[in-house]
Amino acid sequence: MTDHPHRTIPVKSWTFDDRTNSEIRRAAATGIYDIRGGGAKRRVPHFDDLLFLGASVSRYPLEGYRETCATDVSLGTRYAANPIRLDIPITIAGMSFGALSGTAKEALGRGATAAGTSTTTGDGGMTEEERGHSDKLVYQYLPSRYGMNPDDLRRADAIEIVVGQGAKPGGGGMLLGQKISDRVAEMRNLPQGIDQRSACRHPDWTGPDDLEIKILELREITGWKVPIYVKVGGARPYFDTTLAVKAGADVVVLDGMQGGTAATQDVFIEHVGQPTLACIRPAVQALQDLGLHRDGVQLVISGGIRSGADVAKAIALGADAVSIGTAALIALGDNDPKWEAEYQKLGTTAGAYDDWHEGQDPAGINTQDPALQQRLDPVLGGRRLSNYLKVMTLEAQTIARACGKSHLHNLEPEDLCALTMEAAAMARVPLAGTDWYPGKAGF
Amino acid sequence: MPTIDLSQDDLRTLNQQLQNAARAAADSQANETDWRVENPRGSHAVAVGLDGPIAVTVGGSTGYYCAGMNKEASITVEGSAGPGVAENMMSGTVVIEGDASQYAGATGRGGLLVVKGNAASRCGISMKGIDIVVHGSIGHMSAFMAQSGTLVVCGDAGDALGDSLYEAQLFVRGSVKSLGADCVQKEMRPEHLERLSDLLKRAGADARPEEFRRYGSARQLYTFNIDNASSY
Repeated sequence: MTDHPHRTIPVKSWTFDDRTNSEIRRAAATGIYDIRGGGAKRRVPHFDDLLFLGASVSRYPLEGYRETCATDVSLGTRYAANPIRLDIPITIAGMSFGALSGTAKEALGRGATAAGTSTTTGDGGMTEEERGHSDKLVYQYLPSRYGMNPDDLRRADAIEIVVGQGAKPGGGGMLLGQKISDRVAEMRNLPQGIDQRSACRHPDWTGPDDLEIKILELREITGWKVPIYVKVGGARPYFDTTLAVKAGADVVVLDGMQGGTAATQDVFIEHVGQPTLACIRPAVQALQDLGLHRDGVQLVISGGIRSGADVAKAIALGADAVSIGTAALIALGDNDPKWEAEYQKLGTTAGAYDDWHEGQDPAGINTQDPALQQRLDPVLGGRRLSNYLKVMTLEAQTIARACGKSHLHNLEPEDLCALTMEAAAMARVPLAGTDWYPGKAGF
Repeated sequence: MPTIDLSQDDLRTLNQQLQNAARAAADSQANETDWRVENPRGSHAVAVGLDGPIAVTVGGSTGYYCAGMNKEASITVEGSAGPGVAENMMSGTVVIEGDASQYAGATGRGGLLVVKGNAASRCGISMKGIDIVVHGSIGHMSAFMAQSGTLVVCGDAGDALGDSLYEAQLFVRGSVKSLGADCVQKEMRPEHLERLSDLLKRAGADARPEEFRRYGSARQLYTFNIDNASSY
């Protein structure tokens, strides 16, 4: 570079940074918005911004490995004759066959079953791989109704009415033609190879009053046996939870903006919805106001759960259980650096690959390509997922024991402090070193 | 003929008895295959989830989701039906003697839905193989995102018929107020007339196939194209 000693160094715009400029160039060249998978990649207040206080003079801990710290949870105790009873409070979130291979769905079922928890179908119907390998399977009831039929409905252990998801509250789905194999097309009753749109709202009900009647219908079809969950994205958690419960939900599943999707617009993922951390306390407040928190309706939190610490923090804030999607795929092998050479060929790198909708996933998970699917061994994948779920459970137990809790559900907000003002405000726990959080009386 | 009176029995009793009878019929072990429901009084979820060849006659009008997810049963409503009648029907026949509210036959996968009166908006929304014959007219946004199956309208169709249509076939005898995105009028060929004739006959509709026009997907929105952005 030529030396110009009297000039300031080149300064790039904070507003028009390299990423922004590259997106402008990409949009100009292609004429299509950026579609990708996953959840929000931007930094938002999260569980990392909370800490547990641990035991002290006034709180005594439980002995690790010797004194019990229970982890079981029952979901659907309100109206269902057969609630789902799980050994651990970590479930596998809904992910569609179509977005995922049948092999991946089998692996999720195997792993969840080995760890004593449930897995969930997705926007593509129920596959034999998943039903056959899932001891407890939650059947999603989605706006598209792809693959919906009463026989599978009755084979499910629970029904999850999907109103929205954290990655795109208010948005539908899109499965591009590259992933529409003959089998996927048949299950969705559409021509092979076309882009498949999933509706953003249900075709036969709108609003909470209708939802109550829809839940009644589903209960009548399934004989009031199985729990009915209602899943919402992190939009208006207090009111969404209240309305879902008043409509008759047994379980509310609340998915924050870090929750993943198979494919949607990047602008949607990054700019619509609230962070998971911001959703929990309003939802818990709603259940408390209805007199149903920890006693009637269960709250499942998802969106960015990665570790036992996250599990423990979500439960301490009032969740009954959590659900994982992205983390489960990573446990199976998604974005594994061993495929780095192939990620490079696709113009990306391990850890950043999110073009799952293109059907070329080197890890063989988010694809319908028969050759790529062979890369995932469902038995080994199931084992890896089971290991991961058990590690998370042990981590959560470790923290709970340190807080003196004999059950994960005994964790409470009082066990936490926040590292930032934002996290303190969202989680409604004191800023570290203070007894205050924003919004608390006395400011 | 066994009768269930909803002024005396509750909904759970009604559906449990009908579901049991339907399953028994499916297993060829049914003693009673003709049932009657009295005093429905607009109740929701009447005769839902039946999966066997029984006949049910409802002596009045029903609320939401009557005959939901029906499989093999023949259900007749002597009055009118509320929203979502025969939603996600798999097979069998549902006949509404009066009018049907919105979402009639939504996401239906098979079987025949006959509405002898009019059907409101979003009739046949997201239909996936069901055949629907409406003797009267239908409201706006009907056959939205309809994937497969046939919608026959002996009267008129409202705004935005067949918006974002996939492979469902639409036949309208009267006027169409407007067509939705990617829905176009198509040539009526002999196989369509034959199909239409069969459906009209099965639905007891007094109309001639030659009086209808056919509509279907232009298939221009099947793959995203920025030049069609205003249509999405």
